[in-house]
Amino acid sequence: MFDEMLKAIFGRLTLEDFIHEPIMAGAGIGMVGALVTAIIAVTFFKRWKWLWKTWLTSLDPKKIGVMYIIVSVIMLLRGFADALLIRAQQVLNGSVELLNADHFQQIFSAHGSIMIFFVGMGIIFGIFNLIIPSQIGSRDVAFPFLNSVSFWLFAAGMIIINMPMVVGEFSTAGWLAYPPLSGLEYSPGVGVDYWIWALQISGIGSLLSGINFFVTIIKMRAPGMTLMKMPIFTWSVLMSVSLIMFAFPILTVTLGLLALDRTLGMHFFTSMAGGNPMMYVNLIWAWGHPEVYILVLPAFGIFSEIVATFSKKRIFGYTSMVIALVAIAILSFTVWLHHFFTMGAGADVNTFFGIMTMVIAIPTGVKVFNWIFTMYRGTVTFKTPMLWFMGFIATFTVGGLTGVMMSVPALDFQFHNSLFLVAHFHNMIVGGVLFGAFAAFAYWFPKFTGFTLNETLGKFAFWFWIVGFLLAFIPLYILGFMGATRRLDHYDPSMGWQGLFIVAGFGVMLIGIGVLFQLLQVAYSIWKRKANMVGNDPWDGRTLEWATTSPPPEYVFATIPTVTTRDAFWESKYGKKKHVEPEYEDIWLPKNSGAGIIIGLFAMTFGAAVVWHMWWLVIVAFIAIVVTIIIKLSDDEPDYKLSAAKVAKHELHAKLKLQEKTV
Amino acid sequence: MTRAEELVAIHEKKTLGFWIYLMTDCVLFAALFATFAVLKNATAGGPGGSEVFDLPFVLVETFVLLTSSFTIGMALLASVRGFKKQTFFWLFATFALGVVFLSMELYEFMVLIGEGHGPQQSAFLSSYFTLVATHGIHIAVGLLWMAVVIVRLWRHNFKQTDINRLALLGLFWHFLDVIWIFIFSFVYLIGGMA
Repeated sequence: MFDEMLKAIFGRLTLEDFIHEPIMAGAGIGMVGALVTAIIAVTFFKRWKWLWKTWLTSLDPKKIGVMYIIVSVIMLLRGFADALLIRAQQVLNGSVELLNADHFQQIFSAHGSIMIFFVGMGIIFGIFNLIIPSQIGSRDVAFPFLNSVSFWLFAAGMIIINMPMVVGEFSTAGWLAYPPLSGLEYSPGVGVDYWIWALQISGIGSLLSGINFFVTIIKMRAPGMTLMKMPIFTWSVLMSVSLIMFAFPILTVTLGLLALDRTLGMHFFTSMAGGNPMMYVNLIWAWGHPEVYILVLPAFGIFSEIVATFSKKRIFGYTSMVIALVAIAILSFTVWLHHFFTMGAGADVNTFFGIMTMVIAIPTGVKVFNWIFTMYRGTVTFKTPMLWFMGFIATFTVGGLTGVMMSVPALDFQFHNSLFLVAHFHNMIVGGVLFGAFAAFAYWFPKFTGFTLNETLGKFAFWFWIVGFLLAFIPLYILGFMGATRRLDHYDPSMGWQGLFIVAGFGVMLIGIGVLFQLLQVAYSIWKRKANMVGNDPWDGRTLEWATTSPPPEYVFATIPTVTTRDAFWESKYGKKKHVEPEYEDIWLPKNSGAGIIIGLFAMTFGAAVVWHMWWLVIVAFIAIVVTIIIKLSDDEPDYKLSAAKVAKHELHAKLKLQEKTV
Repeated sequence: MTRAEELVAIHEKKTLGFWIYLMTDCVLFAALFATFAVLKNATAGGPGGSEVFDLPFVLVETFVLLTSSFTIGMALLASVRGFKKQTFFWLFATFALGVVFLSMELYEFMVLIGEGHGPQQSAFLSSYFTLVATHGIHIAVGLLWMAVVIVRLWRHNFKQTDINRLALLGLFWHFLDVIWIFIFSFVYLIGGMA
């Protein structure tokens, strides 16, 4: 009787689920400890009201963007810690008992899932939020409240994926959880459910965000900015969010079907009653391949802006850049089967997907050449963003070439599931997306703070990163050739792999030093910010986001600029143009709303309740979400007015401050 | 831009955004249709479509839903012209038809499950139940939305924002109708062939 009651309330949660082995328990305690410390600190300094009003309930995309980036950086550190453990395990190879097989599997599953969903996606959405509105000459995104909901769903997913460190266990089925291993029969615990709901909830946030930015770019560009006058970064984001719109619904379905299999005992992907595990693999990669382009296209855009700015030249081949972006976006839906040539789809099917994969390398190659030609005969200055760009070109090209090698189905039978593949996609994602994010961070940091990052520390960070990166991943190509498969928690010493694993481990440690330098760089730059104060336009920028003050006011533009050419800001600086005295007008901005964080909180509750089978809580959380949405949408006055007089006053103040700074 | 112009622009953005949302929903259904197509014959010794589908019953269901698409169109036209009583009449009619449709679908499910042909029996039944129920859940959401719109139109006496919302609801409802036509054709007619 008592047991049944407990079961009704707590589902399958028992006290034993809180007990973990030492490493995981340490991480869990550390995480909870950090959270408690943060809460105590906020309470002690009486900053709750400030936190709630200026950050948590803010609908300002600049604030939301910063929150995305903070969450992503924390997750990057978590994912990096996982990587350290994976490497340490493979270096030691059982000579010291570090992780057992089960824990090792949880760690590589968490590493992949977190790095893609909560680092990669978080970073790109952070950058979209910070840059896109001002770069297209707009004050806000199309749907400010939806933007807040997207962020809080992302945060909810982030919390769910970290819950296993405290209660229960994480999935052991890899970052894409292939069935039948991820099915109920072989993974009866809560791990895969955690994985499903963390991704499902943050994935819905991503989809909503994708729609939001698509409408923003289509509908809210400054007058005169036709599609072919948009900055390349905006183009890359437009393509990236188009891919989100087409790909993420497939992820929603795939995760949903796996959840139905696991929760309601259906047979989509089981190996009995007619289920078809290979259908899962097809579906997940029909989302998964576009996903890598969702992440990397914005990085292409970032590098296009940076290389033009630091070469003091227009981007070479603007039209071909745009065509390449569109071509990559379309082709990215025609290559998914190259992730499983070994499935046995037959020679004809494999040939088609092999050729399409080679074809998609062409527009990517076009972009690489365009970037190099942009530098050609330019006045190039090698500031940190430019160093990341150079690192990107080198590593990304290596990654691209190994990708073309794997696109040959016959060769792929050798490379499949080997460390060669692992080296390849880290080359693309670290060298492409992460280097892009670091470049963007250094490039746009002064835009939002008014001071630049310390160059010396930035250069140290870069060199440790790039050397460490090559040492960490080039050995994996060789190991792959030697037959080492991915996800090994031990191997026979007679294979002769250990030396290369030690080199790779050493590389990861160098990356670690690079990361420390980055953290130091941010802390030091903030501490010594007086020394690095710069004007509104520190890099001699080309695009509209540099046309406002740095940091920009909440309304971004006092008067919306009119665009006549590409590189609109550059033209307004150096082109022939009459000075027009600005005419200020009333500006309407969205009011703060707590509904976003409340929806996120209930979504998190919903996810966790499904994982633990607490059905009453599932219903309560669901109803709470619906009610919150109805209440929020019934508010007919979501905006407040900033009068023209106030805008004028603010602008004058900013002008005086700038004069002070430059004198 | 004056505030009035801005409000029009906001509505335009919402309309475009809603269209895009519908297209993403279309992709979602496409994935479910693909799943059904793959698993259609995976009956695992259980019944196939021809044995469990009651086509005349589904035909009635279809006509109920198609009629509701007509009635919500009428409600939309009436609301734009400011015919308040007519708007409410057509909205109530739509709501009632939606409820009838949903009840019929639930009844169909209950009968199948009662006969032991629940979604756990075979991959075919899993995909059938999931596809049709996903549509049904959308209809339920539509009904909830419709209830909110009716209350708001009543309380706020046909504010422009509520009329705009009704227009979006209309899009949603028609979209679900189109999806149902595909379900009827592919799941019930083709999937139900012996």
